[in-house]
Amino acid sequence: MIEVKNVEKSFAEAGGARQVLFGINATFYDGKTNLIIGQSGSGKTVLVKNIVGLFKPDTGQILYDGRDITVMDRRQLKALRNEIGMLFQGSALFDSETVLGNVIFPLKMFSRMSHEEQLERAQFCIDRVNLTGSESKYPSELSGGMQKRAAIARAIALNPKYLFCDEPNSGLDPKTSIVIDELLSDITHEFGITTIINTHDMNSVMGIGENIVFINKGHVGWTGTKDEIYDVDNDDLNNFVYATDLFRDVRKYRREHGYHKSVVG
Amino acid sequence: MLLSPKKLLLILHFLMGILKAKEQTKTKPSTMLLTRSLDRFGRYCMFLWRTMSVPEKWKEFFRRYADEMTKLGIDSIPLIIIVSLFIGSLCTILIKLNINNPLLPRYAVGMTTREIILLEFSSSILCLILSGKIGSNIASEIGTMRVTEQIDALDIMGINSANFLVLPKILGLVTIMPFLVIICMGTSLFGGYLICVLTGIVSTDTYIYGIQTMFIEWYVWYALIKSLFFAFIISSISAYYGYTVQGGSTDVGKASTNAVVMSNIMILLVDVILTKLMLQ
Repeated sequence: MIEVKNVEKSFAEAGGARQVLFGINATFYDGKTNLIIGQSGSGKTVLVKNIVGLFKPDTGQILYDGRDITVMDRRQLKALRNEIGMLFQGSALFDSETVLGNVIFPLKMFSRMSHEEQLERAQFCIDRVNLTGSESKYPSELSGGMQKRAAIARAIALNPKYLFCDEPNSGLDPKTSIVIDELLSDITHEFGITTIINTHDMNSVMGIGENIVFINKGHVGWTGTKDEIYDVDNDDLNNFVYATDLFRDVRKYRREHGYHKSVVG
Repeated sequence: MLLSPKKLLLILHFLMGILKAKEQTKTKPSTMLLTRSLDRFGRYCMFLWRTMSVPEKWKEFFRRYADEMTKLGIDSIPLIIIVSLFIGSLCTILIKLNINNPLLPRYAVGMTTREIILLEFSSSILCLILSGKIGSNIASEIGTMRVTEQIDALDIMGINSANFLVLPKILGLVTIMPFLVIICMGTSLFGGYLICVLTGIVSTDTYIYGIQTMFIEWYVWYALIKSLFFAFIISSISAYYGYTVQGGSTDVGKASTNAVVMSNIMILLVDVILTKLMLQ
């Protein structure tokens, strides 16, 4: 479980400091797909980068099963990072390496496995994301969806306890997005990982959102599940969720057919 | 009435605050430039501190070290050979034209060509040329890795990205550079010989006699030692500019240009200092 307690973050700019996160409190549960949602520029990516330790928060605590990442020394941080896998928005595959080279890389750096065992584990991860046959291809030879899958394979190679995904569906068509969402959800349940997905894709929210944190202008606007999100009495969240005609129709249908529940955000 | 030391300190603190605020609002451009340069130098030193740590895995380090020597050094040999051949030939022709005096011995052509090549061309000028090729290569490679989040991916895995990416490049170039300088010396002198054979401006025997006359071995060491400094400058400055890129592809291009410009300036500055220290 990851707990974020009263996290604030600001950045120095020419005209003075610009605060991006304001007293964020959130909990992300084990074995669940936890989603951070919000409009572009709301502070989602900054929050995720604070959680993984790429940014240091100005105030607050970030607890990984009780271990505060904000006060860790280099050695402790390194040990924790071996438990973290991350899928970046642009996949961030090493373009000088093949798919197999990318997936085996963390194993080479951190595991004590023999070369044969490393190859076996890498092949298992590649097979798990349905990329069998693409082992010798370079990232530039892969489609966007395949690159995302290769990045997922690399992220799970060391069997992480925590998996972070920054906008995993950006730049993908709806069908491929569903494949990636299902893959992330399956992996989360199969390996009991604490998965945190940063997204503004409502299809992902409705598909795999077991624990949702809505960030609005740097504040936590609402928390709940995908079943609760339809009927929340929260204008900011509703403006985000029902931005498209499709979702407005879904709400109308649910209300007409008696799915309405009064959930106050 | 005399003020107590505590009150005096408070007043001083208040006055310094006012002065500081005034200074911040009316900062002179020269002061800003100095502050920015010092800030950048400080960041560069911190970057080097992170880079110069013990590698995570020696096996991986040596693999990358060998790769970098090939990529930065061996792959530059064709360019070095072409440039050196032409510069050696040009030196010989121009010296022959400019010292066409009956009072000067004919072997002076070979001797002067050798001195120019050993003292400046094979180290300083070669490194200025290589900073364009190698420096932009390093800055754009690392810069692209930064903007495509590949460096963040390394950091997330718990790898010291500066050490992992940059140390093999610095050590690789520093190791291979003396060999490149030796190749440059040999090829340049051969370029001069070739022009003598092709045009007959000086007989080959006279040219060979010239390049052997009054040879000072220290000049070769001087060039090799200088090249070590220049290799460090090219690789570390270019890596710093690439590593600190923020933004997109345009910023990578800018960083690449800035890396080459800054490397060239630093090479020339260090050249002057080393020449003063080592030859006088």
